[in-house]
Amino acid sequence: MLELFTNFADWTAYSLFSLEKGTKLADAVHFFIEDTTKIFLLLALMIYIIGFGRSFVSPEKVRVWLTGKSRFTGYVLAALLGALTPFCSCSSVPLFIAFLSAGIPLGVTMAFLITSPLVNEVAVVLLGEALGWKFTFAYVGTGIGLGIMGGFITDALKLNKWVEPYVWDIKMPAPQNADEARGWGWREKYARSEAIDIIKRVWLYVLIGVGLGAGLHGYVPQEWFLEHAGADNLFAVPLAVLMGIPLYSNATGIIPVAEVLLNKGVPVGTILAFIMSIVAISLPELLILRKVLKPQMLIFFVVFLFLAFIGVGYSFNIIFGG
Amino acid sequence: MDITVLGKGCSRCGSTIQRIEREAAELGVPVHITKITDEIEIIKNGIMTTPAVMIDGKIVHSGGIPSIEDVHTWLNK
Repeated sequence: MLELFTNFADWTAYSLFSLEKGTKLADAVHFFIEDTTKIFLLLALMIYIIGFGRSFVSPEKVRVWLTGKSRFTGYVLAALLGALTPFCSCSSVPLFIAFLSAGIPLGVTMAFLITSPLVNEVAVVLLGEALGWKFTFAYVGTGIGLGIMGGFITDALKLNKWVEPYVWDIKMPAPQNADEARGWGWREKYARSEAIDIIKRVWLYVLIGVGLGAGLHGYVPQEWFLEHAGADNLFAVPLAVLMGIPLYSNATGIIPVAEVLLNKGVPVGTILAFIMSIVAISLPELLILRKVLKPQMLIFFVVFLFLAFIGVGYSFNIIFGG
Repeated sequence: MDITVLGKGCSRCGSTIQRIEREAAELGVPVHITKITDEIEIIKNGIMTTPAVMIDGKIVHSGGIPSIEDVHTWLNK
């Protein structure tokens, strides 16, 4: 079915724009058209389907499910649910307080907060399309694993002292989600509006990402990547993670670039480490969490993710490097 | 009609307010919108995901931009 997009790009680039096949410009234009049409269709379709399933899992329900669980069950469940439940970053503080005020341990709360931005439906769809399903499963598994690990370490080091003290005293009424009791018609509408809303928010990132990818694809020679980011360059992984920290984008903008990097011979561990760093470590988000977490905790959080992503990069390069 | 929109002020909160204002103007229902942006206040109202909407002290919506149909239902009450 995916040839459809190749054929459409063939027709647009070579017939409609009369570009000569094999030139750099034709290559770049062809890549851009094939990728954008494929990505938008896949995104719309998948977000709709996933949105339908997601209308059953709200952060309010997750809070209830996590309350009173043993620590170990808590970490695993929180990370798994984090992968399924996205929340707008402007909800992080209410969500954080609501979890703690229900008696959910700090580590379990952190497991949720680490996994949720790392693993989301948009990233999964785009990764599957760009890098194939093997690497996508590896990415999802790693994202969940890092959440569990981060949560476990948080509690093992007794980091409760790095939460702003006033947070522990807040009493909140049991949070309500007015939409939970609604029927199938509402779920269908929710899925549809979610698909429209997400496409509206990410379309520009997709165009920029694919445009950047098309440029790299058409104009930057493979040797350049092999020399600077190839398997022989041992510093490529930490550098990729470091570069990802100030780059704040969502998965949408960066994954089309990742596809090109993979085709140009950049090892997959380096690429995944770069994506994770961009998606998970964002300075605006950290500043929002400063309201409830002391600076020490934010530094711990960044250092943990930084080291973890480097570890992921090296291990994937070894495992998949052959 | 007094409507409270709760949220820290991300783009989704802005869209929620815009949508309510536009639909109210269209239906000719006078509304007065109050914004609550302080997260502690938001929490104390029993809200965990934003943007959320409260009418007469009752939470009618949370965790995203409300649908136009929902806004109409509230305004027609």
